[in-house]
Amino acid sequence: MRPLKTSAEVISLRANITQRKRWDVIFGLLGILALALGLMTIATLLIDMLIDGWVRFHPDFLSNFPSRHAGKAGILSAWVGSGLVMLVTAVVAVPLGVAAGVWLEEYAPKHWITDVIEINVNNLAGVPSIIYGLLALGLFVYTFHLGQSVRTAGLTLALLILPMVIVATREAIRTIPQIIREGAYALGATQWQAVKHHILPYSTPGILTGIIIGMSRAIGETAPIITIGALTFIAFLPPPPLTDVAPYLNFEWLSAPFTVMPIQIFSWTSRPEAAFQHNAAAASALLVLMTLTMNGLAIWLRYRLRKNLKW
Amino acid sequence: MIREKLPQLPHRIKAETHHLSFYYGHTRALKDINLVLGDNQVTALIGPSGCGKSTLLRSFNRMHDLYAGNRYEGEIVLYPDNTNLLDPGVDPIEVRMRLSMVFQKPNPFPKSIYENVIYGQRVRGIKKRSVLDDKCEEALTNAALWNEVKDRLHDMAFALSGGQQQRLCIARALATDPEILLFDEPTASLDPIATASIEELIHELKQKVTILIVTHNMQQAARVSDYTAYMYLGEMIEFGPTDEIFIKPKDKRTEDYITGRFG
Repeated sequence: MRPLKTSAEVISLRANITQRKRWDVIFGLLGILALALGLMTIATLLIDMLIDGWVRFHPDFLSNFPSRHAGKAGILSAWVGSGLVMLVTAVVAVPLGVAAGVWLEEYAPKHWITDVIEINVNNLAGVPSIIYGLLALGLFVYTFHLGQSVRTAGLTLALLILPMVIVATREAIRTIPQIIREGAYALGATQWQAVKHHILPYSTPGILTGIIIGMSRAIGETAPIITIGALTFIAFLPPPPLTDVAPYLNFEWLSAPFTVMPIQIFSWTSRPEAAFQHNAAAASALLVLMTLTMNGLAIWLRYRLRKNLKW
Repeated sequence: MIREKLPQLPHRIKAETHHLSFYYGHTRALKDINLVLGDNQVTALIGPSGCGKSTLLRSFNRMHDLYAGNRYEGEIVLYPDNTNLLDPGVDPIEVRMRLSMVFQKPNPFPKSIYENVIYGQRVRGIKKRSVLDDKCEEALTNAALWNEVKDRLHDMAFALSGGQQQRLCIARALATDPEILLFDEPTASLDPIATASIEELIHELKQKVTILIVTHNMQQAARVSDYTAYMYLGEMIEFGPTDEIFIKPKDKRTEDYITGRFG
């Protein structure tokens, strides 16, 4: 050790620092460039879509059925269809996914079978959506005869997002410190009490986020919905789920034919007339708005609910 | 059962371990432990890190059952009903309802102060508001926290200071009327003032409950305990009245540890 430095040595030390820090600057710039490239592409797409679709932004666009006349065509059947399909998807995927996630994380014995299940659940999240469409066509349409209906579409998309919900549930549960679990068990809680009083409430923000992200993916899915045979032109609504006569609930809508937003867009973009392209752009903008709203809701919920969680 | 191997105490006995061994998988973490807990006495477990003192403590409320691959041998007998806590026929939930535990790091649930204290009652299915309210006040009073929190019982528990959080955890443990209170280094994460208040509390609590405490701090063991067990490498090296252990230990290894020659 020779702690004393001559001024020449100090100067070379500083030069060395400057030289090494050059890469901080270079990487900083490259990073900004990469980010800007991505964001600008998306922004251009969005702005282009808004400009193209601007002429069609009118309340009638939401309340009109599709029509041969581009100016009169609307997305009523599409957004109602999307809404109903999403409802089925949520009702099926959320309880199944959360229950499966909780079981895998809290109850499952740790051995090779659960390891295999775990790997496969993660892989399922990456299976192309068309595969789910083909599965649903064979299973729900041809085997169970559920028809080319809202329930088939809802079940198909539920299958699609099920792995996402399971993974989100497990990840949310894993953020709960072991010491909180032990605290509950040390007071004599049963496994189900620990889940009901602690695991589920504390993992709710993460689970909700996962569900909403999954739903916002499902709402934009086209391939599996085409595969199971959604209609592209539909000028009526499914029977309403709520009625004015007892028991006030009606489930006929489940078996009704339907269309959804992405299919409507797809069908308009394949028309030769320019006017329909405006319709497609306007519907796309609305679809993007719907997914952005859902993602925003996810972020807000996560922020709100996490404020009460500290350990 | 080889009674003569067990240390004799001039007190009523609350619990005994008989030839207790414990395995994490194939690792034997406790070797043939024979320990006696006197009723309403404070027994301290001391020893260097990894000696098995926390493992022994956590055997008492069967915390090890939460993890796969753990195995006990021998017995932990609870008196006066002669229940072997380690008997496979005894539900660990029963054990944890009879023995309470306070952890090293305060671990209040992210719920209100009130909900934390009465969680043991919730688990038992008690819903009557007046019963819960009384229990809450009693437990918080016994944990010397009532006066500080009585006006904000429905605030979140994590708004409390570290020392208050630990006293809240003690209140939560007391609210189930435990027969034995297990402390796993309860002051390890607290400042000296909070530590002093917890020690004082332990001193008062032994009027009501039998206490087993793991501590890293030998002065703490000397201050709070009536009996001390020195453990090393999973074995109980020496057990006796705290005065004797600290003033004239019989075993050379105990003496080395206490005088700071190693550990």
